[in-house]
Amino acid sequence: MIEARGLRKQYGDFTAVDGIDFAIEPGEAFGFLGPNGAGKSTTMRMIAATSTRTSGDLQVLGFDPESHGPEIRAQLGIVPQADQLDEELRVIDNLVVYGRYFGLPLPYVKRRAEELLDFAQLTEKRKARVDGLSGGMKRRLTIARGLINSPKAMLLDEPTTGLDPQARHVLWDRLFRLKEEGTTLVLTTHYMDEAEQLCDRLVVVDKGAIVAEGSPSALIRQYSTREVLEVRFGSSRNAEAAERIEGIGSRIEVLPDRVLVYDDDGEAAMAAVHERGLQPITSLVRRSSLEDVFLRLTGRSLIE
Amino acid sequence: MTEQLLEAPAPTIRGPLRGLYAGNTRSVVARGLRVIARNNWLIVVTGFFEPVFYLLSMGIGLGALIGTVEFYGVDVPYAAYIAPALMAVSAMNGAVYDSTMNVFFKMNFAKLYQQMLSTSLGPLDVALGEILLALFRGLLYACGFMVVTSLMGLNLSWTAVLAIPAALVIAFGFASFGMAVTSYMKTFQHLDYVYFVMMPMFLLSATFFPIEVYPQGVQWVIQAMPLWHGVDMVRQLTTGLIQPSILLHLLYFAVMIVVGLWFTTARLKALFLR
Amino acid sequence: MSGTVVDGGLAAAGQVDHAAVARSSRAWGWWFVAEHRIRAMRSYVASAVIIGLGSPFLFLIGLGVGLGLLVDANQGSQGVDGVPYLVFLAPALAMAGAMQTSSQENTYGVFGGFKWFPMFFAMNGTPIGPAHIVLGFQVAVLVRVLVSLVAFVLVMILFRIGDPLGAVLLLPIGLLMAAAVGFAVMSWVATQTEDRGQLSFIERFVVVPLTLFSGTYFPLETLPWSLQWVGWISPLWHAAELGRAALYGAPLPAAMLLVHVGYLVLLGAVTCALSIRTFRRRLDK
Repeated sequence: MIEARGLRKQYGDFTAVDGIDFAIEPGEAFGFLGPNGAGKSTTMRMIAATSTRTSGDLQVLGFDPESHGPEIRAQLGIVPQADQLDEELRVIDNLVVYGRYFGLPLPYVKRRAEELLDFAQLTEKRKARVDGLSGGMKRRLTIARGLINSPKAMLLDEPTTGLDPQARHVLWDRLFRLKEEGTTLVLTTHYMDEAEQLCDRLVVVDKGAIVAEGSPSALIRQYSTREVLEVRFGSSRNAEAAERIEGIGSRIEVLPDRVLVYDDDGEAAMAAVHERGLQPITSLVRRSSLEDVFLRLTGRSLIE
Repeated sequence: MTEQLLEAPAPTIRGPLRGLYAGNTRSVVARGLRVIARNNWLIVVTGFFEPVFYLLSMGIGLGALIGTVEFYGVDVPYAAYIAPALMAVSAMNGAVYDSTMNVFFKMNFAKLYQQMLSTSLGPLDVALGEILLALFRGLLYACGFMVVTSLMGLNLSWTAVLAIPAALVIAFGFASFGMAVTSYMKTFQHLDYVYFVMMPMFLLSATFFPIEVYPQGVQWVIQAMPLWHGVDMVRQLTTGLIQPSILLHLLYFAVMIVVGLWFTTARLKALFLR
Repeated sequence: MSGTVVDGGLAAAGQVDHAAVARSSRAWGWWFVAEHRIRAMRSYVASAVIIGLGSPFLFLIGLGVGLGLLVDANQGSQGVDGVPYLVFLAPALAMAGAMQTSSQENTYGVFGGFKWFPMFFAMNGTPIGPAHIVLGFQVAVLVRVLVSLVAFVLVMILFRIGDPLGAVLLLPIGLLMAAAVGFAVMSWVATQTEDRGQLSFIERFVVVPLTLFSGTYFPLETLPWSLQWVGWISPLWHAAELGRAALYGAPLPAAMLLVHVGYLVLLGAVTCALSIRTFRRRLDK
């Protein structure tokens, strides 16, 4: 459905996307996971035919974005990072007017807009001003808007960035429904929990390049242990303490505020730390996540 | 759910405009009309008053001090002399305001064009749509102003009716250029540069007094500016003192429109589809 | 945390005398606000200076001279108020420029300070209070107005328009009027919480009509009686009359001098008080 080979994007001296390959199948939820500035949004814009590639091959829905931008955009639903809603129009009009941009017939667009408002749980707000909506509502409205042309694929750029936890869960629930109905979802995120929740398959990107690819669980199995022990000794003593716990678990990462000990059995690792006479201020055993995968692959945290 | 979901029709435009134009300018215009109807009709309507204020103040007050002014050999009452100029100025102001301030806001804050260009619309649809909206506004003002000047007896010939399409030509010229210029602006302060150009043009383009008061060199500079052509054209029509030079004025604006449209489309493409 | 981290650390409380900070803010808070605004204006200093210096040339030499030729040709060189038209027009144009600058700064600066870049709330979070914000803001506006007035006065002196010493008197007159207009605009704008385009109405329905119908371009008496009231309520007319008396000794009875000055002072004082009240209410939340 979407296929890239050696895809590159260069802005002057800066290489935003550095020769990446990926293939997205119909009906799957595909994620780009990486920190800010990894080149995720640029990749999304190239897929959406609003940004031209510097080199490489890209096929979207059987077309080359270079020559068939309008054909591609007609079949995609776009949810940009900042909501970019039409603040001069009411909620319902945002959907209707957007549908008209695609050249869809007005009576159809009006009917479809009501259904999508219902889907986005915004029926009560249909006459409201956009600038009065909460962040979560705006994002749901943007998603509803992206669905107005019954797209073959939805492109979601950081769909839940900036939302509070409750609003994120409402949004995930809506995206799940789309997935169940067979809509292809392509999303970028720098939240590992989001990638784990939504993506069937993902690529981890860093500095414009893909560093790993697979399903969330496979990536965790491959690049991390089952559990992680997090211990804090205070910001000035973490490094010193890390030296003293050397050898516990299969790997140790020292972050500015805490030390991570990778071990399939976190409790056992904790006991070992205590045995060496160290008393951390706080300690916590948790399951490995994509955050740990990213740390392992790049030596840096996702959210800096 | 509706039984049958429709997909967006594929663009049908072929040839050199392919990818630039989707033949769907009407959806951009419809959006603008909806905004005017729901939100800012009051702002649009009140814009009509500014030239009327100028006409009443300068026409009555200054007119009493000045009496008549000579235009192509005929003495014209001062109010009748400035009325066509104010009409041309209001066409220019409306078009420039719409295509600079409003477009700047839509580009940089509302991100409206990013929204439009992520659909199957092309940049030329957007540019044409915005310009048509500016023209619609210009048409409203021109008609309203025409009513006022007719009531005040300031139209000296039947050819004054042609001042309305002439005002639209002026607005078209400025609007098609304004949008391209705006696309280079990055901060609100850059909009001030528009003021630097507009203000002198407004005050000096034979609006309130003939340019013969200036030295020859200054006259040439003024005559190179679009507003002077607009003022002289509308004034020929409302006074009925039509000269062959009106064709030159029309040609000036025709070139301005074509170049402006090309320039704007190229800029939109460079900005949003790169 | 160990002791070494605190010394010279982020919150070095011991080094600041908080009581002294509070005391100086009570006395000088308005100046801190003005200083902030003046610094903020530096972002558009280039365009402000070009407009400030360009306007007098454009209006006086471009418009004034052109119109003057027409008027004087019809009225004779002593035709308007006993002086050439350009001399009659000059003080009013300077005042009109001051009014426009003050009204614009107060419209978008005040609305923006609450809404777009909510600086007033940030200031109110320091020891500076609402009255200081109102006064300090206006002081900063007057600094900008002064720049444009000085440019007008210099052009008048340079081109020998009127009495050079009288031209200098336009500075205090212009500042008084700009303050009165500024507080008046501020007192209304501060009550507005949403921009639905009504902000532009100040320019469209107040500044432009006042400029056009306040005896700027022609003596107020030229207008029909039904329109002369516009001049009487217009700060611009009062200031322009004072300016004409100063620049070329237009006759001005003592009673009228009192009316002109009194009107401007009263307008400024009342709307200043109203502004402070509105600011206090809006910042208290």
